[in-house]
Amino acid sequence: MSNKESIVDIPTVNKIARLSRLNIPEASKQNLTNDLNNILGFVAQLDEVNTSDVEPLASVTGHKLPLRSDKVTDGNIEDLVLKNAPESSSGFFVVPKVIE
Amino acid sequence: MSDLLKFDLLSASIALKNKEFSSLELTNAYFEAIEQTSALGAYLEILKDRSMDMAKASDKNIKNGTARPLEGLPIGVKDMFCTKDVKTTASSKILENFYPTYESTVTQNLWDDGAVMLGKLSCDEFAMGSSNETAAKGNVVNPWLKNRKMSPGGSSGGSASAVAARSALAATGTDTGGSIRQPAAFCGITGLKPTYGRCSRWGIVAFSSSLDQAGPLTRTVSDAALMLNSMAGHDKKDSTSANLEMPDLMNYLDKGIRGKKIGIPKEYTQDGISDDIVSFYEKSINWLKDSGAEIVPVSLPHTKYALPVYYIIAPAEASSNLARYDGVRYGKRNEAASLDEMYETTRGNGFGDEVKRRIMIGTYVLSSGYYDAYYLKAQKVRRLIKEDFDNVFEEVDYILTPSTPTTSFELGKKQDPLTMYLNDIFTVPASLAGLPGISLPVGLDKSGLPIGIQLIANSFDEPGLISTARVLERSAEFNFIADGAAK
Repeated sequence: MSNKESIVDIPTVNKIARLSRLNIPEASKQNLTNDLNNILGFVAQLDEVNTSDVEPLASVTGHKLPLRSDKVTDGNIEDLVLKNAPESSSGFFVVPKVIE
Repeated sequence: MSDLLKFDLLSASIALKNKEFSSLELTNAYFEAIEQTSALGAYLEILKDRSMDMAKASDKNIKNGTARPLEGLPIGVKDMFCTKDVKTTASSKILENFYPTYESTVTQNLWDDGAVMLGKLSCDEFAMGSSNETAAKGNVVNPWLKNRKMSPGGSSGGSASAVAARSALAATGTDTGGSIRQPAAFCGITGLKPTYGRCSRWGIVAFSSSLDQAGPLTRTVSDAALMLNSMAGHDKKDSTSANLEMPDLMNYLDKGIRGKKIGIPKEYTQDGISDDIVSFYEKSINWLKDSGAEIVPVSLPHTKYALPVYYIIAPAEASSNLARYDGVRYGKRNEAASLDEMYETTRGNGFGDEVKRRIMIGTYVLSSGYYDAYYLKAQKVRRLIKEDFDNVFEEVDYILTPSTPTTSFELGKKQDPLTMYLNDIFTVPASLAGLPGISLPVGLDKSGLPIGIQLIANSFDEPGLISTARVLERSAEFNFIADGAAK
C-alpha cells in the first residue's frame, strides 16, 4: 500500500470528494491532500506485518448475529419520520428534481 | 448550597434516601453550578424545567419508599445520545436542528432508574477528536488551571469538563478509541469504557459501529459502578448487544486483588511519554503490589500497529455511517439545482474539517483497488492485536498502562491531525479488541494537571475491573479538586 500509486494528488482528492459527496473548496484542496498523504503514509507501516495466514476481524462480539421473525413491529408514524426533514410534502420527502 | 456539590453519586444517593436533602435542592445546586461554570462551555443544552419536573417526581418516589437505583441524581448527557424531543447535534452543524423522536436505550435506562437529566454536553463533532476542538459550537475548557485554557480532551470533553467542574454529578460518554478514558484522564476523573456489547448502541449517533461503546464519566470508581449498572443491559434493538447478565457491580467494590496477576506491557513505556506519567505509572504498579497483587511483565507485540489499524477502520466505518446525512431525511440542507449538488453542498457546509478528513480517508480505503491493501489489511492486523490480548489474558487477570502519553495541553495550539491522533495511543488497542478499560486519576504533574492510569480487563470482566480500580483509587488518594470547579 505504500507504493507510489497510492499516494493521493489533487485529481485523486477530487475523485474521493465526489464519491463522498463532499464539496471541497479549491482553496483547501492542497492542505487536505497533504493531510491525507500524511495519514496514509502513517498507516502504511502495516505493510511490515505478515498477515498471510490471518483472517480479517470484523466484529469482536463473538456471538452470531441474532435473527428475528420477519414481522412488522412498528409503523404508522409517518409524521415522526418526516418531522426532521428539511422539506416534505403530502407524506413524502422532497428533493430537487431528478428527471429532465 | 455549595455543600451539596461535595456529595458524589453514591453518597448523594444515600443522602437522598436518608432525606438529608431533596432531589429538587440537589438539582438546583447543580443549576447554580452550571451557571457559575458556564465559561467552560461544557453544556450545549440546559434543561431546567424538565429536570425540575424529574427531580420533583423523584422526591415523591423517595417519600413513598419507591426509590430506584439512581433516583433523583442529576446527570449530564453527551450530545451523541439521541434524547426524545431534546435537541441532539453530535456537536455538528449538519444536525444543528435535529430533535430525535425517540430516546436512546442507554439514556432511557438511566431515566427508568430515576436519574435526572440536567442537559446535553458538548463533544468533538461526531465524536471525532481528542481535544473537543472540533465541536461546531466551539471549545470546551478543562476546569484544571482554568486561566491557561487547557483542553478537556475528547471526544467526551464536555462530559469530563462538567464532572470535574462539578456542574454535573456524573455524565454519559461514548468511547470509540479512547473518547471516555482520555478526557477522564485530562480532567482528573474516572472514565469507564465497558466491553463492546455491554451497553446498547441503539439511539447513539453512529461513528464507528464495530468500536463505539457508551460508558460513565464519574468522580469515583464506585460512582462508575453505580452508573454502569443502570446503563448496561441486553437490547434487542442492537444486534451487537451482548445477551449476558451483568452482575451487580456494587457487590465488587471491596473484593480486593489479593493473588491477582497484573500484566505490565513493555510496549506501553516508550519514548515521548512524560516523566511525571512514568513516575506515577511506577507508583501505581507498586501500590497494586503492596495490595497483594502479583506483577507480571507481559508483551503485546502488535501495540504499535493499533493506531494505524484504527485510522483505517474507524474512518472506513464513519464514511459509511455518515452517508446518511444527505439533507433529505433530517439535518441541515443547502439548496442546489440538482440532487447531487445538493448532497455535496449540504455535506460540504455541514461537516467540519476533521469529519471531512475522516470521510475522505474512509472512502479512499474502501474504494475499488485499495480495499484489500488498506481495509482488509487493517482488519487482519486487528485480529493480531486481539490475539495479543487473548494470549496475555491466559497469564494475567488485568493489564495496567498509562491512560495517555501526556497530560492536557493548551487549547488552540494548532496541531496536525497525526500528532492529535497520538493522544489515543494507549486507549486504542483495548478498543480494537473490544475490551473494558477504566481510567482513574492517580496524581498531578509538575504543572498541577491530573494524570490518569488505565486498567484493562478481559471481555465482560467489569466486576474485576471495578475491584482492581478501587484498590488503585484507595492507594492513590486523589482528593484534588479543579481550580475551575463550582464552589
